[in-house]
Amino acid sequence: MQEAIIEFKDFSFKYNALAQPTLNNINLKIYPKEKVLIVGTSGCGKSTLVNCINGLIPFTYKGEISGTLTIKGKKTIDQSIVELSSSIGTVLQDTDCQFISMTVLEDIAFALENQCVKQKEMIDRVNRVSQIVSMNDYLHHAPSELSGGQKQRVAIAGVMVDDVDVMLFDEPLANLDPATGKTAIKLIDDIQKKTEATVIIVEHRLEDVLYKSVDRIVLMDEGRIVFDGNSDDLLSLNLLSKHGIREPLYLSALRYANVEINKEKKPSHLDTLELTVSDKQKVKNWFNKIVFEKNKSSTESILTIKNISFSYNKKKIVLNDISLDIKKGELVALVGKNGAGKTTLAKILCGFEKQSSGQLYYKSESMDDLSIKERADKIGYVMQNPNKMISKVMIFDEVALGLQTRGYSPEEIKVKVEEVLKVCGLYQYRNWPISALSYGQRKRVTIASILVLDPEVLILDEPTAGQDFKHYSDIMEFLLSLHNRGLTIIMITHDMHLMLEYGQRCIVLCDGNIIADDTSANVLSNDEITEKAALKRTSLYDLAELCDLKDGQNFVDYFIQYDRKVRYDG
Amino acid sequence: MVNIFNYIEKDSIIHKMTGASKLACLLLWTFAAMITFNTPFLIFLSLLALFLFPLSKIKISEVKFMFILLMSFMVVNGLLIYLFSPEHGCSLYGTRHLLFTIIGRYTITWEQLFYQLNVMLKYTATVPLILVFISSTNPSELACSLNKIGFSYSIAYSFSLAMRYIPDTINEFMDISKSQQARGIEMSKKEKLINRIKSAALIVLPLILTSIERIDRITNAMELRKFGCGKKRTWILERKFNFLDYFALALGILFICYSLYYNISNGSRYFNPFI
Repeated sequence: MQEAIIEFKDFSFKYNALAQPTLNNINLKIYPKEKVLIVGTSGCGKSTLVNCINGLIPFTYKGEISGTLTIKGKKTIDQSIVELSSSIGTVLQDTDCQFISMTVLEDIAFALENQCVKQKEMIDRVNRVSQIVSMNDYLHHAPSELSGGQKQRVAIAGVMVDDVDVMLFDEPLANLDPATGKTAIKLIDDIQKKTEATVIIVEHRLEDVLYKSVDRIVLMDEGRIVFDGNSDDLLSLNLLSKHGIREPLYLSALRYANVEINKEKKPSHLDTLELTVSDKQKVKNWFNKIVFEKNKSSTESILTIKNISFSYNKKKIVLNDISLDIKKGELVALVGKNGAGKTTLAKILCGFEKQSSGQLYYKSESMDDLSIKERADKIGYVMQNPNKMISKVMIFDEVALGLQTRGYSPEEIKVKVEEVLKVCGLYQYRNWPISALSYGQRKRVTIASILVLDPEVLILDEPTAGQDFKHYSDIMEFLLSLHNRGLTIIMITHDMHLMLEYGQRCIVLCDGNIIADDTSANVLSNDEITEKAALKRTSLYDLAELCDLKDGQNFVDYFIQYDRKVRYDG
Repeated sequence: MVNIFNYIEKDSIIHKMTGASKLACLLLWTFAAMITFNTPFLIFLSLLALFLFPLSKIKISEVKFMFILLMSFMVVNGLLIYLFSPEHGCSLYGTRHLLFTIIGRYTITWEQLFYQLNVMLKYTATVPLILVFISSTNPSELACSLNKIGFSYSIAYSFSLAMRYIPDTINEFMDISKSQQARGIEMSKKEKLINRIKSAALIVLPLILTSIERIDRITNAMELRKFGCGKKRTWILERKFNFLDYFALALGILFICYSLYYNISNGSRYFNPFI
């Protein structure tokens, strides 16, 4: 039997600041050249586990440890973080912060520079790894000139250059659009084959990681390991949803159709999935083609965008003659790859940027002369990172801020703020400091602080980025409840689940042009559009094809509505 | 956006020099100009400094912002000197040639004019140098240069980090400020100053919070790639000294030696045409 390269033995860890241990009695062995996926919800302890392996725990984050963790036969507690990082390379979730230097070349060389490697050798090694990650043509580029996917490649090269034995990927898909995410998973797979390194991926987006096979999946919940085995076994059990992880959509569809899933059917990938004739028939029977009635949207326009163009310094065209009509009460997903102009469009609507040409109308009145503040009474904008919007210590004050600046009386403010806090499910916390809230609750506070101004349109930038399934569902159900109260909502996103499940209308931007304006199911079934917008086709559509169903788009629609009914309406 | 550290890529002999030698030469040259009031020498240095612009192929229009900034600093400095001691020149040079009197103690004397000319020459002898240095030195190489001339590498690296993240922070500030304006926080001149200060605090708080978050992540990222593991580090962009670098160093040393020699042999720092 081979020696484990990483071994946790009865390992527990408690942060000094917390009362309860974050990791509980972990027993886990990872062998050389293995590719292991660790899945679990936020707060399940998977990031803590990663930090234990790379040494940030206990050297940076202090806490109590019991049990042992050995890496390459040596206890980590006896080593320094520098020693550990010679064998462990970590690719952090935030690749922007991992990009420390001014150019790609320097950043890849960073670890070597710190070890006083000679210049000539550095150049050789940087050249070699930059070729592996196909960044050799970008060596003198600055981080601002690179896309998210390219920054991640640089981060990967930056740890590979040090010839590490283990590569840790902390939520590698979090900041990437679906197509780039797919490429990243393939790249990780290729690198492992080339370098024979041990690879550990931490993610909650299971379906996306499983695009390439993994040797083993470790499922964590509440600081414990609840499953440790191969992916086919895990997917045959009904463990995932119980522990807050979304199983691949095609499997959910099969379960709804009462198809038995066992490991002999190789459920890990759609390509290997073996369905019998009777299985396929079951799927066909389930899909009765009667699509539920669709929400009727009003015919009254609330936002009209006419021939809007925008460019920086008259050089780079960001938006090219965009025209759109948003109806009152619509729930719109605005999608497209990074740099397609989504955020710019939102900023123009809010008056943060001024269009180069074109007109904007709110309920057929021109908005061009309205200030940022005046527009905010009609259109609310919620930024991706709630910490960027919070400027008060107490929740009540934060939500009241917009009213105070508009000169409302303290009595009016109290009534309005309390009402909004009730809508947002924050009333019980109204006298709490914001620092005591979780990320998702902070997000709600920022939404509340915008809602209190009574806008009729709400624009949200990536409302669910980096959120696991549970938090995703919480936030989206909350937004849906606002929508049901008559609010028009525009969401900028590249989360395909969000588009499918909540985007009634899906507008796709590509290089400053609108290339599709359709239902999400239709958009995500169209190869041409998904490719241009850096999305990918949903696996539901592929399943429909596999089952010889001609009507793939309706199948997708049907699944979404059925799934909603099961999950939320009982 | 105004980029203060405005590296302009050109193909010139100044660009081909290493940052370290340029920085060393800049410091020696500036010091040489600062310690003396040797007017002919300052005129010589000023002319030589201006000649660096064509030599580095950098146009003054390309460094307009910094140029105006430094020049206005020079004017303000000159005015202040005059306001606080209008006859400082007389006490320095020991004579008094009165031209005319503006009002009260504010007189115009040849000595004061000559003294202020010298102060101005110190600026013209060094400002072009600073501008050329900034616009001809790749910021990545700057950290390496600082380290090479003796600063510890963690201090040198903090320069590089600052330049890496300043643009990000400015963008973030713009975002935060816009979204706070949407909530009604007015930053324009319509508001009273006290309200504007209060508003600024409301924008700064989220900026600080997000910056702390970021600093934490950057520190981890650096530590995980062994920053600070040894007493020394190497730099991939380090360049070997060539003839020009030695020449610049020699020039800098020559200037400072001459300045010192003049001050000592002359018995005073001042070139005095009045006696």
